[in-house]
Amino acid sequence: MLNWANLVSQLFNGLATGALLALIASGLTIIYGTLGVLNLAHGAMFMLGGYAGWVVYQWTGSFALAVLGASAFLVIVGAILELVVIRRFYGRPGEDQILVTFGLGIVIVELVRRAFGSLSLTLPAPAWASGITSLGFMLYPTYRIALIGIVAAALLALYFVLYRTKLGLIVRAGIEDAGMVDILGVDVGKVFMVVFGIGAMAAGFAGAVNAPVVSLTPDGGDAILIETFVVVVIGGVGSFFGAVLGGLIAGEILSLTSMVDPAYSQFALFAAMTLVLVFRPQGLLGAAGRE
Amino acid sequence: MIKRFPWVEALSALGLVAAPWVLPALGFAPGTVNHVLIWGLFGLGFDILFGYAGLLSFGQAAFFGTGGFVAAYLLTVAGMTNVLLALAVGTAAAAAVGAIVGLVALRRTGIYFAMITVAIAEMFFFLENNPLARWTGGENGLPGVPAPSFDLFGLRWQVGVGWSMYGFLAACYFVGLVVALRIVNSPFGAVLVAIRDNPKRTLAVGHDVWRYKLAAFAIAAGYAGFAGGLLGVLQGFMPPEAFIFDTSGQLVVQTVIGGAGTLFGPLVGAAVWLSLRDFLQSGLNLGAAWKLVLGLVFVLLVTFLRRGILGGVKDLIASVDKRAAAPAPAGVAAAMMPALRPDEAFAGPAIEARGLTKRFGGLVANRDVNFSVAKGELRGVIGPNGAGKSTFFKMLTCEMEPSAGSILFHGRDITGHGVSRVCQMGLTKSYQINQLFARLTARENVEIAALAHARGPFKLDMLKAVRKVPGLEAQVAGTLALVGLTHRAGTPVSELAYGEKRRLEIALALASSPSLLLLDEPLAGMSPQERKETVTLLKAIREGRTLVVIDHDMDAMFDLADRITVLAEGRVLAEGTPQQIRDDRSVRDAYLGGEHM
Repeated sequence: MLNWANLVSQLFNGLATGALLALIASGLTIIYGTLGVLNLAHGAMFMLGGYAGWVVYQWTGSFALAVLGASAFLVIVGAILELVVIRRFYGRPGEDQILVTFGLGIVIVELVRRAFGSLSLTLPAPAWASGITSLGFMLYPTYRIALIGIVAAALLALYFVLYRTKLGLIVRAGIEDAGMVDILGVDVGKVFMVVFGIGAMAAGFAGAVNAPVVSLTPDGGDAILIETFVVVVIGGVGSFFGAVLGGLIAGEILSLTSMVDPAYSQFALFAAMTLVLVFRPQGLLGAAGRE
Repeated sequence: MIKRFPWVEALSALGLVAAPWVLPALGFAPGTVNHVLIWGLFGLGFDILFGYAGLLSFGQAAFFGTGGFVAAYLLTVAGMTNVLLALAVGTAAAAAVGAIVGLVALRRTGIYFAMITVAIAEMFFFLENNPLARWTGGENGLPGVPAPSFDLFGLRWQVGVGWSMYGFLAACYFVGLVVALRIVNSPFGAVLVAIRDNPKRTLAVGHDVWRYKLAAFAIAAGYAGFAGGLLGVLQGFMPPEAFIFDTSGQLVVQTVIGGAGTLFGPLVGAAVWLSLRDFLQSGLNLGAAWKLVLGLVFVLLVTFLRRGILGGVKDLIASVDKRAAAPAPAGVAAAMMPALRPDEAFAGPAIEARGLTKRFGGLVANRDVNFSVAKGELRGVIGPNGAGKSTFFKMLTCEMEPSAGSILFHGRDITGHGVSRVCQMGLTKSYQINQLFARLTARENVEIAALAHARGPFKLDMLKAVRKVPGLEAQVAGTLALVGLTHRAGTPVSELAYGEKRRLEIALALASSPSLLLLDEPLAGMSPQERKETVTLLKAIREGRTLVVIDHDMDAMFDLADRITVLAEGRVLAEGTPQQIRDDRSVRDAYLGGEHM
């Protein structure tokens, strides 16, 4: 017999996971869309965000500051990496960009391992969102509900930046045709740096707000990176709404299958990706012909 | 034909035999060397996929694990006693699984391909861990994989550990290497390199790019499976870690460190990786930081020495040893293959377009174009910029599907056939903007096109040498002579002058012996002298063929063409002999913007 409370709670879990994946995937997708670089260090940045949040929390004891600090730190890390490394790769084949970001991911992971060790760390949920909330028909961890709200707010903020500001207009124009934006007199170099920073921030923010739900380990970004790829393939590369839709679909697939048998949840996710590839290779909301 | 002495094979064999005496003196433990061999073998296949065909997969662990677990299962649970047979079955299983995965992963290219391979490999890890755990032992893996034993002339050789195991693995590596060398030196291998350099042109000269990619993917998977099986034999245990993302990542890193596209790169990279790990971990007491150092080394290599250690050495040797490229063999009889004639008896037009229309959204590039060229004719197509000439050509060669209308080639409807298939039928085009194989020499460029003509759209002749393809040498020499590039045959495309590149562009189209050749602005950007030479060339190649030429050079067109078609605003404005066109008022209006003088 179907357990309704269980189903609803899994739907909630799926929403939380999905929103988180959507946020990480939008970071990946705007970096790729604008710069043409597939950032394989994205998972490492997510992980780094969690650790940065943990450090700030140790200093300040404030969860809000931890999240803000982690986001700010990742913007800086992203901008520096773009300036020092990624910038050298725009004129080079796509494989080189994949290789170098893969290498950067290894370096970030191993730096964190060196600094914090391999043991897992935990970041407590903020006081106002700790404990359990009764939703009438079921009990649900308060922070997970808060997490859905926080990530949704972050996605909205990202939407606002992308669709309601001049920078966002340039970024979206850059996704269509970066060369043309350059010709129109926009300082593309600066824009690229900012975009890489924002993309990294999206991952770092997600890592920090997710930290109270999981325990932090240096390898924690690997699995997320792979799931993010699936989200982007399902949603369509370069599409913000595709990332959001793909994230929500992936989140629900993961949690609803784990209700039946957790062993098959990842499998179902990849099966969904394969289906999309067979029937709509450009992704659900991807433009045909865009690689 | 003189058979080339297999230097590479001989030196490799020598090195593998000498290693047990040399390497211990350098501080290598046999365990490390054995792992290097397995990674090197794993990398042979990956290098064919990435270094030669240009497909960067981050999911090779899937096939490494598949081959390993199939072999280990056969040797443990299923009770098979023949280790070599189990390894062969594992290899075949991995290659088959690779072919199936390739069907999905190769639907996309570039970053999509990389992401999809990552995801699919991860799916295999979950499959091994859960649904298939009954057979694979789940997270415990499969223990008790036996080592092989052989009867050598009555002497029994039971493969043991250390250097004894090395003997077995080195023999396996050598077999893998010899096969890989044959593959990359075969016509099949030449097409893979062409795909890496310019997939679009490889398709346009008539190769079935997709099937070549799929074959390369399956080959790489087979090598991975072979290496995976050997890992189980080496360790006496098949670990589930074979399937994890790190395995794929390590393979990529090692290949790039050693040098992709060299075959030996992965072996060198693995030696660097594993010995650096041992050295940093125990030699310098850095503990886990060894991976950080390797990560930094990797980033620096990708940034500054992308071709890796072996690639760097090769470049160094090339820059020191600045000998002129070997001149082409002179005096080769230019006995080119005759132009393809799909239907000799067909008396109708060589090509005919009926009601050809192309819309891009609201924009109509071509509207209801009717066009017919007789066999053996040289037709000029002219028209102001934006008249839809290039779109029209793209539809004729089936690069682009028309929105409406049909195309008949020697009376056969070829609408929707695709550029590769019509090239095989004898209809091809030279491009307005050069579409060459930039990293290959002039001769190799022509070879790629001639191979499509000599071998058809797809052939798995992986063990045959390129020079043994019948008629190829004469076809290539003949084509180069025709376009006047014989003396530049060994020169890389990057070092050719612009006019030479334009002629090579035409040579690529000619090399497939088309009966109908379309030339899109062959004279564009040329100096007056180069124009003269090219017009002479066009007069020479029209013998026995039908030619359709787009160009803006009116003098050349009036001189060359039997008849001229004028396109304006996507429609046929006029058609007739050069003299009729010269006198046509509407043509003059179209060019002069309707101002009557």
